[in-house]
Amino acid sequence: MTTIPMEYGILLAAILFSIGLVGVLVRRNIMFILMSLEVMFNAAGLAFIVAGSRWGQGDGQIMFLLILTLAAAEVGVGLGLVLQMYRRFRTLDADALSGMRG
Amino acid sequence: MLDWLWLIPTFPLAGFLILTLTAGRLPKPAVFGVAVGSVGLAALLTALLGLDFLTSPPESHFYRQIVWNWMSVGNFTPNIAFYLDGLSLVWLGVITGVGFLIHLYSVGFMADDPSCSRFFAYLNLFIFAMTTLVLADNLLLLFLGWEGVGLCSYLLIGFWYQEPANGLAARKAFIVTRVGDTAMMIGLLLLFLHLETLNIQLLMQRASEQWPAGGTLATLAALLLLGGAVGKSAQLPLQTWLPDAMAGPTPISALIHAATMVTAGVYLVARTHVLFTLAPDIQFLVAVIGATTLLMVGFSSLMQTDIKRIIAYSTISQIGYMMLGLGVGAWTAGVFHVVTHAFFKSLLFLAAGGVIFCFHHEHNIFKMGGLRKRLPITFWSFMAGGAALSALPFTSGHYSKDEILLTAYTVGATGPLFWAAGVVGALLTAMYTFRLIFIVFFGSDERTKTVRESFGISMAAVLVVLSVLALFGGLLKLPLHDVLHSVFSETERATAVGWVGLITTLIPFLGILIVYLFYISRTFSADALVQTAIGRALNRFWYSDWGMDWLYDKALVQPYKRLAAINKSDIVDVPYKGIVVFSRYCYHAVSRTQTGQLRWYAAGMMFGVIVFIAVGVLS
Amino acid sequence: MDLVLFYIAATVAVFSTVMVITRLNAVHALLYLIVSLLAVGFVFYLMGAYFAAVLEVIIYAGAIMVLFVFVIMMLNLGKATIGQERAWLRPGMWIGPALLSLALMTELIVMFVQGVDVAAGHVVEAKSVGILLYGPYLLAVELASMLLLAGLVGAYHLARPAAHVEEKQP
Repeated sequence: MTTIPMEYGILLAAILFSIGLVGVLVRRNIMFILMSLEVMFNAAGLAFIVAGSRWGQGDGQIMFLLILTLAAAEVGVGLGLVLQMYRRFRTLDADALSGMRG
Repeated sequence: MLDWLWLIPTFPLAGFLILTLTAGRLPKPAVFGVAVGSVGLAALLTALLGLDFLTSPPESHFYRQIVWNWMSVGNFTPNIAFYLDGLSLVWLGVITGVGFLIHLYSVGFMADDPSCSRFFAYLNLFIFAMTTLVLADNLLLLFLGWEGVGLCSYLLIGFWYQEPANGLAARKAFIVTRVGDTAMMIGLLLLFLHLETLNIQLLMQRASEQWPAGGTLATLAALLLLGGAVGKSAQLPLQTWLPDAMAGPTPISALIHAATMVTAGVYLVARTHVLFTLAPDIQFLVAVIGATTLLMVGFSSLMQTDIKRIIAYSTISQIGYMMLGLGVGAWTAGVFHVVTHAFFKSLLFLAAGGVIFCFHHEHNIFKMGGLRKRLPITFWSFMAGGAALSALPFTSGHYSKDEILLTAYTVGATGPLFWAAGVVGALLTAMYTFRLIFIVFFGSDERTKTVRESFGISMAAVLVVLSVLALFGGLLKLPLHDVLHSVFSETERATAVGWVGLITTLIPFLGILIVYLFYISRTFSADALVQTAIGRALNRFWYSDWGMDWLYDKALVQPYKRLAAINKSDIVDVPYKGIVVFSRYCYHAVSRTQTGQLRWYAAGMMFGVIVFIAVGVLS
Repeated sequence: MDLVLFYIAATVAVFSTVMVITRLNAVHALLYLIVSLLAVGFVFYLMGAYFAAVLEVIIYAGAIMVLFVFVIMMLNLGKATIGQERAWLRPGMWIGPALLSLALMTELIVMFVQGVDVAAGHVVEAKSVGILLYGPYLLAVELASMLLLAGLVGAYHLARPAAHVEEKQP
């Protein structure tokens, strides 16, 4: 039995998630956006772990493992896309890619 | 036998339907067969029915066949019903007989035209509409036929629609006759409102019972119906459409604008003659319109240079004679003139068509000359038709026209005045007819060396038959009187004899002499006359039909166009335009949310999530 | 005792995450991110999820972040980008996103605080997690591996220098 109240963990997850959201919305550099996305993933994983610990089941950690896998694949593909973008547009500005305007 | 009456309009209608539904997919011989055959069957039926009707007439000398009840609204129950009596029989004979001949002629004339299937379809539709008109038992069905012939006239004038001028002429014809049709519609409404029926015989009966002679209602109704007749028959003031209608193919000019459709107005007046006798002022107006028209247009025809326009003005003039006859009460004479006019006018048109056909579609008579050696059949047809038109003795035209004029002389105080107008008109008729013949067929042929008579048996045979009818049709006078005796209960009118009759008979010769002096023996020169100041002015004035086209254009057409242009962006458009403007505005507003920026979309998603959580979970 | 450690770790995590999103230099931000991940890993340990803690450190901080670092090094952006970032990060830019995420955070907190009993956590051994993985979640493992394969192939293809693009450059 741990002595940490579960709500605190969830609260921490919520705070981290919101901070990551701010980062996604504020930063223009695509690398920072990806980093903030990682922060949000991490926060979600924290929530799962806390839930799993609360109920004493391993499902939370397994979910976290799957999230990890997902994050890894996503980062791989995402960074590949960033490289392509840099090659074509010579910039990492997310707003430069606005061909879908209108 | 008489109960096959309904087949007479139906055969041409079937022909029209077949030709329309197969729409040019039939081979040409089949098209000709269907078209000519349907009208031929109608003509045959008319002959048989006529024979039956005349040899063993039904009591009260009419036959009515009700096909079905058209509609039944309150006490308004018009039927699709056909009414055969002497008058409609005469008109049927003309329509189907001359119609059949002209169909035959068209086989030769339109053989090379790529859309001849459409032509014959419209022709059949026309025959259907015209026979419906004359056989109609009530004014509503008559009006249906009336509008039908107007439609066919429009379609056929603008038959060669690729040329914009033809479309303009067709529209002009339709719109000008529309003015008359509107008056007629109002007349129909008036009649129904007061007499509660549109059945012609009932109308006549009730009108003579309920309306006093010379009363306002009778006068108004007769005036309105006269308006319709004036429009359709191209009398003053609505005659401007007929010369332009010559833009259509020549068989059309012969059939519609000479023999049949333009006589529909005459038919209407004759059919409702009881109403006109109840309104003597209007009947007098009919005679006045007839007399004025025939004089005015005679002058116009004298100045024309287009071979078809000369004959077109002549048609207007001759219908003026018919109206004059009806106006003075010579009903039978007027109807007889319709019959003979159908013969010789369609003959003239078809012969002119022969000239046009052989001469590479040339219309200007001053480009022709000396054609009598090269186009013999055409020349003799022209001579026959021209003689009949000028009312030379023993031709059919003589019997009909002179009967009108001689009867007119004896009627009332204005009789001699009408007679004088008619005589001057006859002088002019002879002048312009023989001017045409002399210019085209006599004189030097240096311009026409390449012309040969090259039409086939169908055209030639029709010309010959019509020539015979034009020359010997006068024999129909007495039989016609017998047939129509039961329709018009006219008292025997005195016809003047003596010096009046002599002048009437001899005046055409004076006209021929004058024209001979100008164009054949060249004692006077037409060109010199035209060069003088007054000659030039008169020439221009009469060439443009007394300036009526110009008048209508300035007084009616231009103001209307200006009004239409002003009204183009009117307030009624605002809701419709407003809808468009509003949706454009919304489009622009909403498309500004599509910025194409990643973070904007992410923010949107987050906003949505927040709203969902707030609404869905926390509330 | 555990609670104090938890507070310390949580503070470090939050602080370093804030640092991540406000740095101008990408490498600095990455390093702060690694610190944040390590702090969260420690929180996992405190919750009794030992396996997850280890995974967090090894894979997340150790592999994924290193990947980030490699890419940034490869892009080799230089000092110019720092000025650019400064220009892009005007203080006025923070207001909108801050409001949005504040709203989200408030909602989340309200959701979690309502009617939640104060419960304590349990330690879940790596062994039980392993048994679960080979038991009920076998299919998930296979799918995850396929996902990784797809990510691998995709990343390789996308990051490949296209031959025709390079030829076009004069």
